[in-house]
Amino acid sequence: MTTYTATVTVRLKTGVLDPEAETTKRALERLGFELDALRFTERYEVDLDASDADEAADRADEMAERLLANPTIHDYEVEVSEA
Amino acid sequence: MIAVVQFGGSNCDRDAVRALEDLGFDAERIWHEDELPAETTGIMLPGGFSYGDYLRGGAMAARSPIMETVRDAVDDGIPVLGVCNGAQVGCEAGLTPGAFTTNASARFQCEHVYLRVENADTKWTDAYDEGEVIELPIAHGEGRFEIDDEGYEELESEDRILFRYCDEDGNVTDEANPNGSRGNVAGILGESESVAVLMPHPERASLPELGSTDGRGVLAGFDS
Repeated sequence: MTTYTATVTVRLKTGVLDPEAETTKRALERLGFELDALRFTERYEVDLDASDADEAADRADEMAERLLANPTIHDYEVEVSEA
Repeated sequence: MIAVVQFGGSNCDRDAVRALEDLGFDAERIWHEDELPAETTGIMLPGGFSYGDYLRGGAMAARSPIMETVRDAVDDGIPVLGVCNGAQVGCEAGLTPGAFTTNASARFQCEHVYLRVENADTKWTDAYDEGEVIELPIAHGEGRFEIDDEGYEELESEDRILFRYCDEDGNVTDEANPNGSRGNVAGILGESESVAVLMPHPERASLPELGSTDGRGVLAGFDS
């Protein structure tokens, strides 16, 4: 078994309104910054033991499917590296 | 007996029990780690902030063990009503489609709203007339109903939208939409008529002292 870190990045699907990001963008603009757009992502780093990277990715994928992301509004991606 | 499921952080469970009792129901709060009593004839998922809204409103409660029992109860045709946080739990648990997410205003909205009854031919709405305007309170930060095109069309074609936010005269407008919900949707049915969720609080509009009794009809749905 090898210890891996699976990084799960969860973001809103394109086109889904993100009021918190909009508010943050406006706050940055009030501070004098110029920007076109701002997006939030949520990033989870999961340490787990698996026989290989594929198994680690599969398990992290299922975690995203079942809890970390809401498929109605979110897309997600999983990256695995050796811890 | 109607089981009002109490999660850590639920805060409308007592109000729900009181409103249901006032309507003549036998209602009881059931702690989420306990079993649903065998005599359960209805289940209410109350409002509040279960698990501190960690991750997303309702996300944690939706994966708690008691929800497996709730799912079994749904399969047995036992009516389930999710209100506010309970509505978020219902969607997160897949009992109803779509998601309730951050209000377009990015603010917590606590106010009375008007709702137009879209389908009065369900157990939860047959106390009203189609097109009738009722007044209920809302109190939520994550109440914006989101669903993909396909899911929305399905809800519409299957007549599963119960309520839409509207103005006093029943006009469904952007101005009358308190949270940016798609199609001003405030409440929907699950795949079967026995499951319903809504963001407004019928239990907070169930006694004359509360300023409105318009919510009684929704709770009365447990009877039919």
